[in-house]
Amino acid sequence: MKKIEAIIRVEKLEVVKGALEKSGYPGMTIVTVEGHGRQKGLVQQFRGREYRVDLLPKRKIEIVAKDESVERILTTIIEVAGTGEIGDGKIFVSSVDEAMRIRTGERGESAL
Amino acid sequence: MLRKMRKVGVVGIVLLLALSSFAFAQADPTGAVTLRANPQAPVDYVWILMAAFLVFFMQAGFAMLEAGFCRAKNAVNLMMKNIMDFSMGSLAFMAVGFALMFGADKCGLLGTTGWFLHGADYDVGKYLLYMFEVVFAATAATIVSGAVAERLKFKGYLIYSLFVSSLIYPIYGHWVWGGGWLSKLPFGLGHLDFAGSGVVHIIGGMVGLAGAVVLGPRFGKYSKDGTPRAIPGHSLTLAALGLFILWFGWFGFNSGSTLSAHELRISVVAVNTNLAAAAGALFALMAIYIKTKKYDIGMTINGGIAGLVAITAPCAWVEAWAAVVIGAVAGILVVTSCLFLEKKGIDDPVGAVSVHGINGIWGLLSLGLFADGTYGNYTTDAPFVTGLFYGGGFGQLVSQAIGVLVAVGWAFGLGFVLFKTMDLVFGIRVSPEEELQGLDVPEHGAVAYSNFPYIKE
Repeated sequence: MKKIEAIIRVEKLEVVKGALEKSGYPGMTIVTVEGHGRQKGLVQQFRGREYRVDLLPKRKIEIVAKDESVERILTTIIEVAGTGEIGDGKIFVSSVDEAMRIRTGERGESAL
Repeated sequence: MLRKMRKVGVVGIVLLLALSSFAFAQADPTGAVTLRANPQAPVDYVWILMAAFLVFFMQAGFAMLEAGFCRAKNAVNLMMKNIMDFSMGSLAFMAVGFALMFGADKCGLLGTTGWFLHGADYDVGKYLLYMFEVVFAATAATIVSGAVAERLKFKGYLIYSLFVSSLIYPIYGHWVWGGGWLSKLPFGLGHLDFAGSGVVHIIGGMVGLAGAVVLGPRFGKYSKDGTPRAIPGHSLTLAALGLFILWFGWFGFNSGSTLSAHELRISVVAVNTNLAAAAGALFALMAIYIKTKKYDIGMTINGGIAGLVAITAPCAWVEAWAAVVIGAVAGILVVTSCLFLEKKGIDDPVGAVSVHGINGIWGLLSLGLFADGTYGNYTTDAPFVTGLFYGGGFGQLVSQAIGVLVAVGWAFGLGFVLFKTMDLVFGIRVSPEEELQGLDVPEHGAVAYSNFPYIKE
């Protein structure tokens, strides 16, 4: 099992969610997050004076999936979440040791 | 005696005679005598009161503007200041301010009658004048709250409001509008200020400057090497709403200052007011765009108000193109002045000093330049006021310049003494912890947006 954490643009959430659901991965957790990458935020101005906004609002999608589904999920997200501009976000994949469905007590991949 | 008395049209003279004959014999609290003497009085009363109510609404404009330009953690404090300066101002102006400003003149310095709107001042005409003038007094008071925002103790603000509405504003106001010495200067037609670029805006702006100087800059306004930093306000939407409300209210501020609906010059005044605001916004936008290559909303808002402030003194004496020029200069002035003061270490969170103080000065001077000889001494009758650019020579300009020096000296001087004295007695600045936390919780025990998350600093 793998956990996929995709940090994406706020305005891309709906299309990413829709694309994932269409390709058969309806389970996900959405988190509202703030952060910055290599560009360290962006510059705005207030009454003529510039200031740096170093934490930008983003959405994080968390999906735990079977190992063989990971590639498909990654390509689905990349296809719709990108704009080619700075700030499109990042995706991280990590291993998950165990999963459990609280209602039935199922474990492992059958709990997904 | 009344500002009105210097602003009489043909019908006004009838009203004047009626008022003066009864004012001394007996007051007219019901209005029946006034109406019999002048059946056309109702249109003036309705016009003046409606204009007063418009000016009152400018309080809402200032409240929105200041709250929007400051951080959410101080929004309750700014609302409270705007509510209380009007409340304190109304009471103080009723008790002593109105008498000092419009009471019977003593040596050109002070008014001396009409305390507490009582006795001979229990009169519909006097009450009418009080209603129109108290909203102006409160406007001068409320300007200051922006300059001292986010760090002044609330107690200090209450005391300040009391002094500005009962002494600083009305005494200077008497010199210009109450028949005092500035209005009788021997140059031109004496110092002129139609709706208060000086009386209201220089006074407010310069007391604000004094407050900002005594308080010092907010935490985080300057980096360690002294370069100014932006402290972004929490709602530019509210700030823009503030501009629209002020712009709207200003039609009453300026056009109502004819103090008569029988002076059809009100349409000229209204048009000039609008054009100056428009030019102010546009030219402030251009000035800041040249510097930063962004269409900066904060400076554009300040530019609109700067245009309004500048046209306030000359609005009755100039024609449309001059109003545009006056507004345009105001827009450029406000941008340069904001950036200049900031560099000099004066932290004025909303730009009140530049908008009201600096452009109040420009407004008074512009009258001496652009007055075109079509409007008289607060009246449609001759002698008319002619400025430098219309061949009137330097006379009027000299009177205007003297008024500027007096207003700046008086307001900054007394404002400085007031804030400094309070500072020595109880300390006017909140503690560093309170300032960082925001004034809302420690001073008022409340937050403005309790169910909304907002970005912590």
